[in-house]
Amino acid sequence: MTETEKTSFSTSSLRAYIMLAVLAGIWVYFHWATNSIFLTPRNLSNLATQMSVTGILAVGMLMLILSGNIDLSVGSVLGFTGGIAAVMLTNYGYGLPAAIIAAIIAGVLIGTFQGALTAYLNIPAFIVTLGGLLAWRGAVKWLLGGNTVPVSDETFKAIGQRNIPVEAGWGLAILGIALALFLAYRHARSEATYGSGKVNYLSSLLRVAGPIIGIIAFIWVMNAYQGVPIPVLIFVSIALIGVFLTTSTVFGRYLYAIGGNPEASRLSGINNKRNILKVYALLGAFTGIAALIFTARVGSAAPDAGTLKELDAIAACVIGGASLMGGRGTVFGACIGALIMASLDNGMSLLNVRDFMQDIVKGCILVAAVGLDMMGRRQG
Amino acid sequence: MSLLEMRNIVKEFPGVRALDGVSFTLEKGEFHALVGENGAGKSTLMKVLSGVYPEGTFEGEILVDDSPQHFRGVRDSENAGIAIIFQELSLVKELTVGENIFLGREPSRFGVIDSAKLYHRAATLLRELHLDIDPRIQVGNLGIGRQQLVEIAKALSQDAKILVLDEPTAALAESEVETLFDILSKLQARGVGLIYISHKLEEVFRMSDRVTVLRDGRTVGTHSAKDLTKDRVISEMVGREVGDIFPESSHEFGDTALEVRNLTAYSVDRPDKRLVDDVSFSVRKGEVLGIAGLMGSGRTELMTAIFGAWPGKYSRTVRVDGNERSISSPADAIANGIAFVTEDRKRYGLILEQTIVDNMTLAGLKQITGRFLTDATRELRAVREPMQSLGVKARTPMAVAGTLSGGNQQKIVLGKWLLTKPKVLFLDEPTRGIDVGAKQDIYAEVNKLAKEGLAIVLVSSELPEVLGLSDRVIVLHRGKIAAEYSRAEATAEKVMAAATGGH
Repeated sequence: MTETEKTSFSTSSLRAYIMLAVLAGIWVYFHWATNSIFLTPRNLSNLATQMSVTGILAVGMLMLILSGNIDLSVGSVLGFTGGIAAVMLTNYGYGLPAAIIAAIIAGVLIGTFQGALTAYLNIPAFIVTLGGLLAWRGAVKWLLGGNTVPVSDETFKAIGQRNIPVEAGWGLAILGIALALFLAYRHARSEATYGSGKVNYLSSLLRVAGPIIGIIAFIWVMNAYQGVPIPVLIFVSIALIGVFLTTSTVFGRYLYAIGGNPEASRLSGINNKRNILKVYALLGAFTGIAALIFTARVGSAAPDAGTLKELDAIAACVIGGASLMGGRGTVFGACIGALIMASLDNGMSLLNVRDFMQDIVKGCILVAAVGLDMMGRRQG
Repeated sequence: MSLLEMRNIVKEFPGVRALDGVSFTLEKGEFHALVGENGAGKSTLMKVLSGVYPEGTFEGEILVDDSPQHFRGVRDSENAGIAIIFQELSLVKELTVGENIFLGREPSRFGVIDSAKLYHRAATLLRELHLDIDPRIQVGNLGIGRQQLVEIAKALSQDAKILVLDEPTAALAESEVETLFDILSKLQARGVGLIYISHKLEEVFRMSDRVTVLRDGRTVGTHSAKDLTKDRVISEMVGREVGDIFPESSHEFGDTALEVRNLTAYSVDRPDKRLVDDVSFSVRKGEVLGIAGLMGSGRTELMTAIFGAWPGKYSRTVRVDGNERSISSPADAIANGIAFVTEDRKRYGLILEQTIVDNMTLAGLKQITGRFLTDATRELRAVREPMQSLGVKARTPMAVAGTLSGGNQQKIVLGKWLLTKPKVLFLDEPTRGIDVGAKQDIYAEVNKLAKEGLAIVLVSSELPEVLGLSDRVIVLHRGKIAAEYSRAEATAEKVMAAATGGH
């Protein structure tokens, strides 16, 4: 055979290792530069909380980018849906469940509306959501009357500020480990059915060792401070949903196909438009959830809440290896991308790097990450 | 001294020798027609001449006025006085006629365009050609025919000595064709050499001084047009032996599997133009129906419209197994047991960045794994059988489709459609650009599928393929059925004659 064959598995896992190595490098540097403050349970807990909102947006954004689309309006939509929750709780005295449901449904409706304009009226996603960026920001200002609306409901604030008990954290760890083992078992069985016929349980066990160590370390670090923060718990749940949707469902497969070659997908019987509409709606729901966490953390809804969040989310996807042309990227990568961005924010704040300098550094890193990726791709 | 001489041009693509020692000469003021089947090498030869394939990517020599040329790109060939007008127009629709004519060579001072001079020169040029076109009008506002004439004016503004026209009359109305021929005669009188590629033999005979026939990348012959008959040209075009790469087979036919009535499909750009005009046909279980016709005769449009995927307007009734079906999307077609192995696998068939498995299961995913969840094990198991029977050469089903050879890619597209468990299989150019071994594999599979009772509709530009595989052949000409032959009746000469519009 003359053709060179690369398996998608090895290239994508290589990329994942490189990203983890970069992350580790950043962490070690900050730990050293901050005189051992960075890698303490307290700071890591803060870091995890800080990345939750961007991380949730990045998971939804990644799925949308996979399909070859983009959403520039998520920051404004986050502000608007957070505003709805705050106004309902504070100005109109609705209960907590109503406020939560309203924020999420508002996100879904906005996503569906913008998705319909893109998919069915063929207005480019960039234009629709650029319009959304302006319009929904205007809507927040109108809704809040230009003021900051405080929220006093303690249960609501817990969404963004509290932690789960230490015991519950260990319970989750056990659940997580069980899940990892179950998935590894299923994988080994499918290898056996298709591959050589022999099940190598040892190698399967080794494969799952990394994730298990990761779960234990994570819970241990979080418990060493105050327990797993609720925003982090929500983010991890959404990331798992994202991983499941992209790797194990027909819907996720179609997203890759539509982004990779829309014409071939259409001719293969895929309803491109409907799937694009669905992914916009999903991102809308995630945006609503992120808005709840954001509002709860700050304890109020402000007219400028969520400004520039869309760019953080897009940057996280791109740093994580997603192609804005569609068809390429992983939820895991987007999450690592979000973690890298949050680490830079956190580390530079600890180092008292001036605000303007932080922006310059982040901008340069975004461009450099994609530049290196492109160079590697050309040689590859 | 010849105006142009191309000597022993050899051009290879992976697995295919597209030009195999072609020689070609053109004299001053000569009208030289270049004819041959689709894929005979005409376009490749012209791409060599125009520098699209730069020196070093082919063997052989190009001489203009006896001096050897070394084209590193299109610019070099333009500087040597060669201008090519391709089938797809290369005008910028948003710019005016004048701006297009002088694109890249605008008369200017210090980078500021001298519009008055530009339009004056454009107007002069158009007047010389007796073209009644306002140079200040946007090109997009002109009809296709007039755009073609602008393209010729543009070529002449570069003082072209050699003008190549690739199927220039395909989109023209009768009156526009006459205008074009008038202009070409004037150019001949001025000493411009013309290379004219066309399938329309009437035009070729009317205008040419000499005719060169290409077949399978070789020159079959160059003749003075006076000594030539149309039959001779056709027999030279198709004269290749139908080799024994086609498995001998007699298919047993069952009931009618697919019946299509009154299919009419309109152009996307010009909604009043019929690309397929009231075509009806049917195909039975176990039968291979070949659809022959030249490029642009409506073959692909026909299939795409049955499949519910034609982007323009269309109307037809479709019966599957005798029952009328409403098919308005590819999903409907698949649900009714129709599969469509599309042409141009890279554009319409594959997601090049993804694995063999992901590509092969795409169309039948819900049948293989269920409505909502994917299942790696079941998918791998599902693709194993077609990969083996089609002979896909890849180390693992997880190999990325874009890294495979054309033959293997084509097999993946075919496998993708077989996994939808079809009753009717459309094949559009199933062996374009793949090597002989892979072709044979695909032919064997087509025969096997027909024996298993699948109804197959085969569109191909390669006549031997259509003749070698089909039980019945329909010939399309300008969107209509021009002729229909049984396997016994069909000969290359008859099919080619029907396809070129003569009987």
